[in-house]
This record gives sequence, C-alpha cells and structure tokens, in this order.
Amino acid sequence: MTAKEIIKPENLVYTKTKVMTDVPMHYCPGCSHGVIHKLIAEAIEEMGIQEKTIGVAPVGCSVFAYNYLDVDFQEAAHGRAPAVATAIKRLQPDKCVFTYQGDGDLAAIGTAETIHTCNRGENIVIFFINNAIYGMTGGQMAPTTLEGMKTSTCPYGRNTDIYGFPLKISDLLAELDGTCYVTRQSVHKVGNIVKAKKAIKKALQNSMDGKGTSVVEFVSSCNSGWKMSPHKANLWMEENMFAKYPLGDLKDTEKKHYGQ
Amino acid sequence: MAKFKGTVVVNTDCCKGCELCIEACPLKILGMSHHCNSKGYHYVELKDEDACIGCASCGYVCPDACLTIYKVKL
Ligand SMILES: Cc1ncc(C[n+]2csc(CCOP(=O)(O)OP(=O)(O)O)c2C)c(N)n1
Ligand code: SF4
Repeated sequence: MTAKEIIKPENLVYTKTKVMTDVPMHYCPGCSHGVIHKLIAEAIEEMGIQEKTIGVAPVGCSVFAYNYLDVDFQEAAHGRAPAVATAIKRLQPDKCVFTYQGDGDLAAIGTAETIHTCNRGENIVIFFINNAIYGMTGGQMAPTTLEGMKTSTCPYGRNTDIYGFPLKISDLLAELDGTCYVTRQSVHKVGNIVKAKKAIKKALQNSMDGKGTSVVEFVSSCNSGWKMSPHKANLWMEENMFAKYPLGDLKDTEKKHYGQ
Repeated sequence: MAKFKGTVVVNTDCCKGCELCIEACPLKILGMSHHCNSKGYHYVELKDEDACIGCASCGYVCPDACLTIYKVKL
C-alpha cells in the first residue's frame, strides 16, 4: 500500500487542531510552549467551548499566545493575568476563563496576584509553565531555578545562601482554600502529553462549573536558556526538575464554602 | 507483519528541525532531510515509508503541529 492510498480523510489520525491559527509560532525549536498551546487548543476543540473561552496572555516568551490560539484573548501587564482574568470571569460568569503564565510572570513579579486570586477561589484556570528560568529576557534566574542550576544571572549555579530556595508555588497554592484542583504535569513524552490533556480538560470544566481556581503546572524545558539540544533538555528535566517538582495531582477537591 | 500501516505528512515550511519527533518515534524511522525550508531549517522526513505504523507519537510531541498522520488497518 502506497502513501498516496493511505492519505485519505477517513484514515486521518492526527493533525493540527482548528483552534490553532496558521500563524507560525515564534518559539525556539523544541520549546515546550508549542506543545502546551496545542494541548490547550485540542482540549478546547474537544470540549466544544471555542466560542465560550477567553484567555489572558502573560509577559514572557508566551506573550504572543493570542496569535496562536483562535479564542478571545486579553493581554495583561507582567504578572497581572490572574487579576485580569478575575475581572473577566466575574463580568462574564458563563465564560471559561484561563491565564497562561511563565514562572517569572506567575511566581516572581505576579506572586501577589497569583496567591490572592487562588485564595479568593476565582473560577478560572491558571496554566503555569515552569521552565525554571526567565526565558524571554535571556535566561536569568527565576524563583523556581533549581539549587546549583546555572543561569545568566547565577553563572556559578544558584547559591541558596544568597538567592534562597526554589519556590514550589503550586504546593503553596494547593494549601489555599480557594483552589479546587492543583496538578503538576509535563509534555515531554507521549504518555505525559495524554495525561496533561486530561488535566487541562478537567481544569477548564472546573472553571465552567464554578468549582474554584484550578492550577495546572507544566514542568517544562527551555532548551535555549538551558543551552542544550531539545532532546538533552528533556532528559535534563527528567533527571533534575522532577526531583524538585514531582509530577501528579497536589489537590483535587471543591473550594470550601463557609456561607455568607 | 504489522497490523497497521501509516504515513506522515510533514508541513516542511513550519518544521524547525527540533528533532523531538525523531526521538519519540518508537521505530526510529524519521530523520532530517538534507534540504532546508524557507527559514533555513533542515526539516524532518519519513525515512522508511513501509515501516510506519501510524501511532502518531511524532505528531503528539511536535511543538509546531507540523505533522499529520494517517493510518489504515491491514
Ligand atoms: C513590568 C515589567 N518588568 C520586567 C519586564 C521584563 N520581562 C519580560 S519577560 C520577563 C520574564 C519572563 O519569564 P517567564 O515568566 O518565566 O516566562 P518565559 O519567558 O520563561 O516563558 C521579564 C522579567 C517586563 N516586560 N515588564
Ligand atoms: S506515526 Fe509512529 S511509527 Fe510512524 S513515524 Fe510517527 S512515531 Fe514513527
């Protein structure tokens, strides 16, 4: 059987989802952002909520997320996406609202917005891309940078005596009464990608059902910032990042209601 | 003999040559082309047309959604 005979619409098993635009993504070759964009778009398509979904884009490498996902989008100032998403969801409670943020955006400049949004239990989803580095601005140290990890602002490795410890912000958010679902996923292997999509769908459904704030962290690689090939970066991530940021659900409940 | 036969169509213009699909393919039948696309990247191609089982592993891991996979049951 030749390729020509196989290439027919009825034999299609995988292609780019229609919830992604045809704009070529600006990310570096092999960047996790692309896979995560794709998964969010596929989840939106499969749930049939394209017209109901509103995203909030961050500052960071994914600042142009609105060019790639074919849903309504708002750009926020650095770190303020959860505050913007709060307003959107409160004004339009029937919409499915999510933010898409890097670790610099969410766990450094936007820590206050992140924590208070989760603590208020806003019915939004926070997609958190943790690559342990400030990717866009040249690979500086982030709060999430691993102990001993080299970045452009700690070229001898992160020294915890001076710079403190890697911030496990998802663990912190899971402690808050406002969050209903906090999970840590990755997208470096097919099995992980399938699991991550399930988590994305669950989180988006939580937003629709008004269950509280859902946080989906993706332990990701930034191969340019880490100065490795995409494949090596994935191996390094498995070896080093997963020890500090283990995959799996941190919390899966409904937000607490104490009455009026 | 394989129960499925598949094939991969590469959108060569959007491929950035990251090679993640080459690693993901269980049969290791993808490889880089000697040609470059309009952006100057070597793009991926299916090296062994007959061996592909259409599992779509390559498609899942592609960050730029360049791969379309078809398969038929034999
Ligand atoms: C108010 C403000 N401060 C600083 C910056 C510079 N800046 C742009 S992106 C960025 C860090 C982004 O890192 P991260 O959120 O981890 O995303 P990544 O690029 O790694 O995906 C910084 C500090 C800015 N744009 N605005
Ligand atoms: S569909 Fe599966 S077997 Fe075929 S090239 Fe892709 S990963 Fe390899």
